[in-house]
Amino acid sequence: MKLKLPELKLSKLKPSEIVARLLKVKKTTILVHVLAWGLSFVWILPFLGVFMASIRPLPEILNGWWNFEVFNPNLEGYIGAWNHPSAPLSTALVNSIIVTIPSTALPILVAALGAYSFSRFRFPTRDFLFFVLVLLQTIPQQMVIIPLFKIMSDIGLWNNYLGLVLVHTAFALPWQIFFLRNFFSVLPVEIEEAARIDGASYLKIFYRIVLPLTLPALASLTALQFVWVWNDFFFAIVLISSPEMKLATQAVAAMPGRYNINWNVVSAASILVMLIPIAIYALMQRYYVKGLVAGAVKG
Amino acid sequence: MNLRQTKIPLFFLAPTILLLTLFVIFPVVNTVYISFLDEDDAFVGTANYEKMFSKRDFWNPSNLIEGKAPPYGALVHNGIWIVLHLPLSLFFGLLLALLLRDVKGGAIIKSVVFLGMVIPMTVGGILLRFVYNDKAGIVNEFLRVIGLGDLTRTWTAYPQTILLALILGTVWIWTGFSMIVYSAGLEGIPKELFEAAKIDGASRWRRFWRITVPMLRPATIIVITMTLLWELKIFDIVWVIQQGGPGGASMVMALMMYLEAFLNRSFGTAAAIATMLTVLTFGFAAYMVYRMVKE
Repeated sequence: MKLKLPELKLSKLKPSEIVARLLKVKKTTILVHVLAWGLSFVWILPFLGVFMASIRPLPEILNGWWNFEVFNPNLEGYIGAWNHPSAPLSTALVNSIIVTIPSTALPILVAALGAYSFSRFRFPTRDFLFFVLVLLQTIPQQMVIIPLFKIMSDIGLWNNYLGLVLVHTAFALPWQIFFLRNFFSVLPVEIEEAARIDGASYLKIFYRIVLPLTLPALASLTALQFVWVWNDFFFAIVLISSPEMKLATQAVAAMPGRYNINWNVVSAASILVMLIPIAIYALMQRYYVKGLVAGAVKG
Repeated sequence: MNLRQTKIPLFFLAPTILLLTLFVIFPVVNTVYISFLDEDDAFVGTANYEKMFSKRDFWNPSNLIEGKAPPYGALVHNGIWIVLHLPLSLFFGLLLALLLRDVKGGAIIKSVVFLGMVIPMTVGGILLRFVYNDKAGIVNEFLRVIGLGDLTRTWTAYPQTILLALILGTVWIWTGFSMIVYSAGLEGIPKELFEAAKIDGASRWRRFWRITVPMLRPATIIVITMTLLWELKIFDIVWVIQQGGPGGASMVMALMMYLEAFLNRSFGTAAAIATMLTVLTFGFAAYMVYRMVKE
């Protein structure tokens, strides 16, 4: 991002006119910068506040985290959140990792297979199936949760991570297939045809040729799905109920209570829980944004 | 490649079809079915839908008509959310996308604004509760600084203010989305268009309305649709702040569905709310789905 000055044809202008134009340019650029940085300040302020609250004792927070006459930073909030009596993050964060990794890997594998057959083969009902897939992208979680709760209870997968992983996998398939199909359809078919002539099986072509070419798209799906599952709260509160099995989002949601919130501990917990999705975003920003902008509808 | 094969694609598609049928399609159909049953699984016609509308937590517009404070009912609250949140987050998203194009450090600012889209919404709820707190909240400090110290309060604790406070707070959370989509859209506009218009003497304002806005139409369709769906499905934030309270003043459809199902165990009413939510979702998403299929 660089500042752009309009081209000035100096030879044709009087000095006074040059100064006038420069001043005019400067005024708008300054205005744009002030407005932009001002707005971004509004956006970062709550994060700054929560960070300050996470390292300061409660009386200092209630006196305003922006006041620094007394400033005794410490890590007690983090220790308190880590060893919280009813919702310890020491277990909740591990639980979230246990759920999120398979819930990210599994749907991508299944969706890649599905999307490949949508983009490479013609078969009866293909267009209809594809229409159903697009429609399913918009289904709210609330629309499936009662039967899922009953099914999972019946087959013993309620309050069981396997049940939650299966639900996350199924729910991710429509948008992932849609996303991948668009990606596959621009890959050149010629390589695959050549491999076919050399006698390679369809499955082998898929794993040896197509998947490696698809890595950027798979990176987008990984980043988005990881963050989506990590951040999910609705499926988790319905399908997981034992206190020791609760996930990070459940733990952080249970921490504040109605009155007399210990902002020190709650802020530290918030930081710990949002750290992982922020790290994923920071590391895979390009892929994350690409996946999101591709117009994937979900939720 | 043999494009007329049918066994291979079905083999590739089998896991997808199995998972989707079991955990998405069957549940959707089943939820519609449950919405017509009572507690003993007897068919009761539209009784659950009538019950849904008879609940003050769902439909209570009389307060709104008489100009009183919320609760107006979840359906009205979601409606207010859309009416206020949609234009505001669209406006700020486009404004930021335009501003940050030629600002030093624009990429960093974009990442910061976008954080709202990355963090869990439960944490988003806690952040909002924190900024609106009477003592620790920056919003109240801001009011004190500009001389409106009399107004300070915990904005999320009162039925008069919680809904508006949450809606404005979610503008803060969601603007990153429209900003990113609009930024991508702006990058896709060929520079020659602007240069040609400039040579023809079109003013900055005119170039914006005649080139930028029409060229951003696809981006706008995505942003509007996704924002509408998000506003309809809002759940985590409301849960974390007051679980729909005080007195139902921040109740929304998704949360009410959850409470009816898993607190009151009245699956019929909950299924009716879920079905209603889905019908609205389909209605709002119809245009985008149509475009996706056409592609």
